[in-house]
Amino acid sequence: MNLGPIVNIALRALTRNKGRSFLTALGIIIGIGSVIAMVSLGHGAQRQIQEQMDSMGTNMLIVQSGSQRVRGVQSGSGTGTGLTVEDVEAIARECPAVQAASPSVGASVSLVFGNQNWTTRAEGVAENYLLIRNRGVASGEFFTASDVRSAARVAVIGKTVADRLFPGLDPVGQTLRVRNLPFRVAGVLEAKGQTQWGQDQDDTLLVPYSTAMKKLLSVNYVSNAFVSAASPEMTFAAEDQIRQLLRQRHNLRPGADDDFTIRNLTDVADMAEETTRTMTLLLGGIAGVSLIVGGIGIMNIMLVSVTERTREIGIRMAVGARSRHVRLQFLIEAIVLGVAGGLIGIAAGIGLSFALSQVFQWPQAISSASILASVAFSIAVGVFFGYYPARKAASLDPIEALRYE
Amino acid sequence: MNTVQMRLDDRRWNAVGGAPAVIALEHVYKTYAGAATPVRALRDVSLTVRRGEFIAIMGASGSGKSTLLNILGCLDRPSRGWYYLDGIDVSKMTPDQRADIRNRKLGFVFQGFNLLPRTSAVENVELPLLYSDAPAAERLRRSRAALAMVGLSHREQNHPSQLSGGQQQRVAIARSLVNRPALLLADEPTGNLDTRTSIDIMTLFQQLNRERGITIVLVTHEPDIAAYARRMVVMRDGRIVRDEPVENTRDAAVDLASLAPDREEVMT
Repeated sequence: MNLGPIVNIALRALTRNKGRSFLTALGIIIGIGSVIAMVSLGHGAQRQIQEQMDSMGTNMLIVQSGSQRVRGVQSGSGTGTGLTVEDVEAIARECPAVQAASPSVGASVSLVFGNQNWTTRAEGVAENYLLIRNRGVASGEFFTASDVRSAARVAVIGKTVADRLFPGLDPVGQTLRVRNLPFRVAGVLEAKGQTQWGQDQDDTLLVPYSTAMKKLLSVNYVSNAFVSAASPEMTFAAEDQIRQLLRQRHNLRPGADDDFTIRNLTDVADMAEETTRTMTLLLGGIAGVSLIVGGIGIMNIMLVSVTERTREIGIRMAVGARSRHVRLQFLIEAIVLGVAGGLIGIAAGIGLSFALSQVFQWPQAISSASILASVAFSIAVGVFFGYYPARKAASLDPIEALRYE
Repeated sequence: MNTVQMRLDDRRWNAVGGAPAVIALEHVYKTYAGAATPVRALRDVSLTVRRGEFIAIMGASGSGKSTLLNILGCLDRPSRGWYYLDGIDVSKMTPDQRADIRNRKLGFVFQGFNLLPRTSAVENVELPLLYSDAPAAERLRRSRAALAMVGLSHREQNHPSQLSGGQQQRVAIARSLVNRPALLLADEPTGNLDTRTSIDIMTLFQQLNRERGITIVLVTHEPDIAAYARRMVVMRDGRIVRDEPVENTRDAAVDLASLAPDREEVMT
C-alpha cells in the first residue's frame, strides 16, 4: 500500500474536525508569522542603515584637526588649526590607499538674492568633493580645479537653498550674495534628504575651499579633510597611512597624542549593522520560542486526539490497518497541521510586516531565506512533535481499542 | 509445497460434506497472565466451519466466546494450537500479517456499530479498501455496490448521526462485505437494537448467507437470535460443550412480516 490513501485518510480526519485542526495549527501560525515579521523588520533596518552609510560617501574617512582628547581635556573636533591644505594634498599624493582627498572648511553665512535671504552653512571644498561624498549635481555643473586655483566666486547650492532663495526660478547662472560678496551659482546639488540624525543635507552651499579661506573666513587652515579610500577594504589601511603621514608632517614624537582625529565611516557602518543583526537575531529568537510552544501545542492536541480516537484506531486496525499505517496517518496529520500552519503563518507574517512598516514607517525586507527556513521548520515541528503521539496510536492493541468507551 | 499445506488440502476437500473449511481450529488454547493465577480463556477448542455455513456461538459472559471471536477475527492469536483461515495457517502470524489477513479475508460487525463519526456512509464502507491496493474509482464503485446490497443506496452521503440504529448496522454490514471476505464475524450485532430492528438485521444476514453464500459466524447470548442460524455452538468455561445443527431454523423474513408494521421505520 502506498502513501496516497494514507494522506487521504489523514486529510479526511483533519477536515472532519476543522475547528480543532485550526486551533492546533494556530500556535504554528503565530510562531511562523512572528518570526517572518521580526526578521523582515530587522533586515529592513539593516538595509536602511547600509543605504544611509552608502549615501554618506563611499569608503569615506574624515580627518579632523584637533584631537578629541588633549591632555585629558575634551576639545571639539574640527576646532584646531593644525590641518593645512598642504596636509590634505600630501594625503592625496603620498598615501597609496587613498583615492582622493578634499579639504573642508565651513562657516555659517547669510545669503541674499533679490529680496530673499537665508542663513546656511557654507562649505569650502575641492573640485573632487562630489566623487568623495558620492553626490551629484541636478542642474548646472560643479566648480572646477581652475576655480579652486583662482579662488573664484562660484557656488553650488543645495536644493533647500535653491527653494528658499530662488522660488520659481532657475538658480543656475544667477548671482547671489554671500556675506555681501557676489557669487555666481554654477549648479544645484541633487537632493539627498535628511541624515539619520535629522540634519538637512540639502541646506548647504559649496564654494572652492580657497575662496572660503581667503574671501569668507580669512584663515590659513582647514577644519576637516574628506578622504576616500581606494576600496571599502582599504579604509583601515588608509587610516593608518594618513595617521603616519600627519604625525610625521606635524612633527609629533612617538607617544605624543595625535593633534587630529580620523573617523572611519566603515567602522560606524559595521557597528550599526552588527547592532541591527543582533536585534534581528534576538527578535527572531524570541519568535522562535513561540514556534516551539506551537509545536508543543500540536503534540498536546495530537495526544488528546489519539486518546479520544482510540475507538477509531481500533476500527481501522480491525479492518486491516497495520500499525505502520496508523502511525503514518497521525504523523501526516501532525505534518499537515505544521505545514498548513506554516503557510498561513508566512502569509500572516508578510501581512504583519507590511502593516507594521506602514503604521510605524519602519523599513521591511521580506527575506526568502526566512520563508524557506520557516517551511522547513514547520515540517520539522510536525515530525518531531507528531512522532510521539503517532507511536502511541500505533502501539494500541486493536482488541482494547475496540472496547474503549 | 510442504506437508502442512498437503494436510490442509486434504482437510479442505475430503472432509465430510465436501465444502472447503473456512475455519479450522485445532486444539486451540488461550491463556492470559492473570493477577494471581493465569486465566485459561480457551481450553482445547477444535472447530471446523465450512463455506456457506451460518453458525451462532452462544455462552454466558466469561465462557470464552469473546476470546474465541478475537482469535477467529485474527485480532489475537492462540497460545497453543492451530488456526487455518481459508486454508492459511494464521496462528503464528505477526501483527502486520494478521492485519493484512483481516483486510482481505474478514469482515467485522460489532454490537456498537463502530462507524466513524462525521463521516458519510459511503466513506465508512470504503474504509477497509483504503488499506488495500484498490484504486479510487474501484473503491467507490465497490462501496456503493455494498451499500446497495444492504438496501441503503439512498443514504450514501448521510453521516451515522443522521441514520437510525438499524441503518447504522446496515452500513457496518456493508463495510464488512466490501472487501468480499471469506468470513463475516458478527459480535452481538443486535445487542443495541430493538426486537423489530433485530429481526430486520437477521433477515439481512439470512439473505446474505442464503443468496450470496457468505459464511457467517455470529456471537450472541440471545437464544431468539441464535434460532436464525443453522448451527449452534455453546461454550462454557473455555470449552465447546455443545455443537449441533439448529432444528427448525426460523425464517427472519417471515417473523418480520408477522410483526405489526412499525410506523417509524416506514417513515424513514
